[in-house]
Amino acid sequence: MINSFAFFGALETGFIFALVALGIFISFRILDFPDLTVDGSFPLGAAVAATLIIAEVSPIIATLCACFAGAGAGIVTALLNVKLKILHLLASILTMIALYSINLRIMGGPNKALLGVETLLTPLDSLSIPYYILYPLAFGILAFILLLLLVLFLKTELGLAMRATGSNPRMAKANGVNTQAMIVLGMAVSNALVALAGALFAQSQGSADVTMGVGVIVIGLASVIGGEAIFSTKNIFLWALACVIGSLLYRLVIAFALNGELLGLKAQDLNLITAVLVTLAIVAPNIKSAFKKANTA
Amino acid sequence: MLRIKSLAMLLIGLGTLGSPFQSFASAPDKHVAITQIVEHPALDAVRKGVKDVLSESGWDAEKNLKWEYQSAQGNPATAAQIAKKFAGSNPDVIVAIATPSAQAMVASARNSNIIFSAVTDPVDAKLVKAWDQPSPKVTGVSDLTPIDKHMALVKEIVPAAKTIGIIYNPGEANAVSLVKLVNEHAPQLGMTVIEAASPKSADVQTAMRSLVGKVDAVYLPTDNTVISALEGVIKVAEQAKIPVIAGDTDSVKRGAIAALGFDYYQVGRQTGGMVVDVLNGKTPGELPVQGIENTELFVNLGAAEKMGITLDEVLIKRAQEVVE
Repeated sequence: MINSFAFFGALETGFIFALVALGIFISFRILDFPDLTVDGSFPLGAAVAATLIIAEVSPIIATLCACFAGAGAGIVTALLNVKLKILHLLASILTMIALYSINLRIMGGPNKALLGVETLLTPLDSLSIPYYILYPLAFGILAFILLLLLVLFLKTELGLAMRATGSNPRMAKANGVNTQAMIVLGMAVSNALVALAGALFAQSQGSADVTMGVGVIVIGLASVIGGEAIFSTKNIFLWALACVIGSLLYRLVIAFALNGELLGLKAQDLNLITAVLVTLAIVAPNIKSAFKKANTA
Repeated sequence: MLRIKSLAMLLIGLGTLGSPFQSFASAPDKHVAITQIVEHPALDAVRKGVKDVLSESGWDAEKNLKWEYQSAQGNPATAAQIAKKFAGSNPDVIVAIATPSAQAMVASARNSNIIFSAVTDPVDAKLVKAWDQPSPKVTGVSDLTPIDKHMALVKEIVPAAKTIGIIYNPGEANAVSLVKLVNEHAPQLGMTVIEAASPKSADVQTAMRSLVGKVDAVYLPTDNTVISALEGVIKVAEQAKIPVIAGDTDSVKRGAIAALGFDYYQVGRQTGGMVVDVLNGKTPGELPVQGIENTELFVNLGAAEKMGITLDEVLIKRAQEVVE
């Protein structure tokens, strides 16, 4: 079995990336907006938080600023799409590549170290519970609070309008919903969550690095789809919960894969396995319905 | 709900599958765990260097050493998980190659001996407080270009040099930090520095011309913009008889007089030496951070002649490669 460090470490990373999964859940599932901005807004959150913390801003304010920066990135993508009529995918790619340069500017270099600096996690080190158990616990509590807030929001009138925008924009518009404003708001919330994840990750891992956004979208998407494969539900709470669980499972699978002896599987095979899993999860419902048809015919 | 159960069973099953393999293996004496952020020829060479030195020192991965290697595939989240895994298995030494892997390891494996490698600026990366003040559990090898040695080479080839010119692209972060180091080390050898900025490859020759008549020698740091237009510099240097010394050995084949280069395999061998020290009972805190020690000297006799310099026999004998 994997050792307890690796297990709790998987939970820690899993809970941080659960915030990415929730962000992607909003863009891909609620708004039906395939958003690649996250590959840029994740390191953006890390860069803003790390730079401010090094400049001796309080870690809480630094982390909040990271969220606002992420929201800004999401708003830019949304405006490129709704105002300038650029295809959503392309709009998000444009923001993503722009953020690479912006992140370098913010940090003044490719890497900003946070080792030995006071971060959000420093107060936890003075408690008697070992850090490797306490960190995942703290991130887990945070993930569940944000999950609950998100679900409560999606049940308000505003939240329902946002869901309507994603599922049937013409109908929503006919009912007086300002769909453009909904897309801007949703993208802001989504990328704020992703940037928060980036800020927390930088603080738990000891540095912000300009390359840390690579593949965030795929990991997040794999978590969302993996979670859905377990709970196929339209209940909004369970659906969002599935994203969190999907993220934890993804990390546990990596932790197992890092235990090299397992079935000859190695960490280096993970990108391939992720791609296969995501593909399977996407095509599985089609195969299922094809089977159903065959049986009823 | 059934699906959750079956998934949990699957995970537990996978976990137990892994364990018998570990219990069958006879317990090796020592355990070295090595990780790198991504597969890359330079970083792979470092890893090979570490492993070679270990086996030469009697630590054989087939016999008395458990050698564990993980690559993060360029993914920082995976790097974090590798760090946690290593922290839990608590090896005798953890080797972390490149800055992001080293930082993740220092953040997570707080009770393990960590030797980093191929980290350009370990102080800026907050891995150690200072080069001669390693943390109790953390030390390693930096791959910072040894500018002090490069300056000494310039002085050796052109002993009369009072002023030295450098051409670089101010937009290239790496070059800017090298120029800063040149400005620190050249005055110690009695040389003043004249900078010529060249933001584009097309400006490199103009920058070189601006140095003619002002400098006794030209040093080219490893700057992609400048190196890509090296021939323009060499042409002006040959006409004006100004010796050009480069920061990388490839440039010597293209017409620079000499360069002191290093390769990452040697960086790995140096790192391996530190790993052996720790396996033999030293603590990382006793071992200061090392810079590049093993350099390779390349000289170009034809280029020296064209730039009006006669190279010392001693220098030529010391060279690993002599271009005619």
